[in-house]
Amino acid sequence: MLDTRYRVEIPGGINLEAQVVGPVPRFFAFAIDLGIRGIIILVLSLLSIPLGSGGMGGGFFLIFLFVIEWLYPVLFEVFSRGQTPGKKLLKISVIKDDLSPVTLGASMVRNLLRTVDFLPLFYLVGLVTMLSNQRFQRLGDLAAGTLVISVPESAKPAAMQEIMPLAPSTSLLRPEQTSIIEFLQRSSQLSEPRQQELASILEGITHEKGDNGVEQLRRIGAWFLGVR
Amino acid sequence: MKQQLFETQHQAVWQQIEESLEKPTQGDNSKVLAENYLLLCQHLSIAKERLYDAALVERLNNLVLALYRELYRYRSETRLNIYAFFKRDFPLAIYRHRYFILVAFLVLVLPGLVAGLWTYLDEDAVYSVLDGPEVRQIERMYDPEARKIGREREAETDVFMFGFYIKNNISVAFRCFAGGMLIGIGTLLVLFFNGMFMGSIAGHLTRLDYVDTFYPFVVGHGSFELTAIVFSGAAGLRLGYSILNPGHSSRLDSLREAGRDVVPMLYGIVLMLIIAAFLEAFWSSSSSLSIEVKYTVGAILWALVLLYSFSGRRHESG
Repeated sequence: MLDTRYRVEIPGGINLEAQVVGPVPRFFAFAIDLGIRGIIILVLSLLSIPLGSGGMGGGFFLIFLFVIEWLYPVLFEVFSRGQTPGKKLLKISVIKDDLSPVTLGASMVRNLLRTVDFLPLFYLVGLVTMLSNQRFQRLGDLAAGTLVISVPESAKPAAMQEIMPLAPSTSLLRPEQTSIIEFLQRSSQLSEPRQQELASILEGITHEKGDNGVEQLRRIGAWFLGVR
Repeated sequence: MKQQLFETQHQAVWQQIEESLEKPTQGDNSKVLAENYLLLCQHLSIAKERLYDAALVERLNNLVLALYRELYRYRSETRLNIYAFFKRDFPLAIYRHRYFILVAFLVLVLPGLVAGLWTYLDEDAVYSVLDGPEVRQIERMYDPEARKIGREREAETDVFMFGFYIKNNISVAFRCFAGGMLIGIGTLLVLFFNGMFMGSIAGHLTRLDYVDTFYPFVVGHGSFELTAIVFSGAAGLRLGYSILNPGHSSRLDSLREAGRDVVPMLYGIVLMLIIAAFLEAFWSSSSSLSIEVKYTVGAILWALVLLYSFSGRRHESG
């Protein structure tokens, strides 16, 4: 099964979860960064001409070229919470495999080894490596012990409309209660027939059919949630 | 406790932390962070234990993850200690890479010696390694009549050459390191061919009797540059060897350990090549300095680099 969840136990005795990210968003992030780098190089080359391309201007231009070619991702990953501008747009981020922030050393290793991931052309080695392990790590990630995860958006709780809570006629176990609460919270994302289909499974609890069954189940969910 | 009560009790705190995470932090707020982190860890545990619903658990999980990253980001930024790096970390890393350094050194120098001897003895041999225009350009660079030694045609100033050396030399070193990921083969190839190029150029120029321009030019910056290239080769070979011979750990763990161990080498290589580029652009190329001065300074630089490189052993414990 393709499971993109990644779990780590962190100090505090907590099992933290993150979603690892596959090749497609990473490709788009890379393409955006490539565009940004291209624009920077273009601007710098135009600026360096008045200073003399074989002289001072040319010298500084070559140094910047080196920095942008090799250190652009390193600088952003270390100083901008694991995100180059492209990764920021795609809401993904580089992180160590214990889910702590990426360090300068790890970032150096993963980005210098980009050269090998790029071989023989256009990240073929990197792509094959990514697809052959569970964590979508390319060679550079494997050596540096880094991952690319999606940056979770701070999920604001969905506003709950007024629901009259209803005590269920039978007692239910906690996992069962949780499922009903989750039905309450997610049912608005489902189509009506699907809502009815799910609710009909629990006809023994709601004692209602169709739309009324859905309504009853949501009211029971509200009860378990603690609405009074 | 019912979930809704739990949520209403802590809602304000969560929202406040969420908002504070979106703003860039100022100053040392590690104490507040640590407190928030512990609090949220507790909330997350409670939510999981009481089987509160997935949306709440996910929200708390994301909050803890964000706090955790923020907390450790603070630590890793303060940990960069430049003094300890020069005093201990870099020499120790060199010492621990000593066998890889030896191999990299041999793979660079032996082909260089063979190519050098060959091009010295045989007039046409240099053309088997370099093509005609390249040979002519190199001859022009080290011509005793040249105004500036060792300079590319388009270069007008030393600053240009500084940038040129930075870009080229550090790129070569990085590629040499990265080639280690191909179980060391890429690294060996880069070392072998660079050794051969340098050897044939030296042999050819010696044959032409450009001795008084070529050797005083290379002796100064060569101390840092050649050593750094050997170090980058050693770092690459360390990666390759960790895959080939993982010992008791898994190949993946072994590679990751190597990836950690080479980091001080990488920092050191970059610094050494920046020094080398500076020397090469502003010191080596000068034609107003006498040959004796260049040889003397070159010898001092070599002695310093070698002494430093061999100073790591005493930091190894046990």
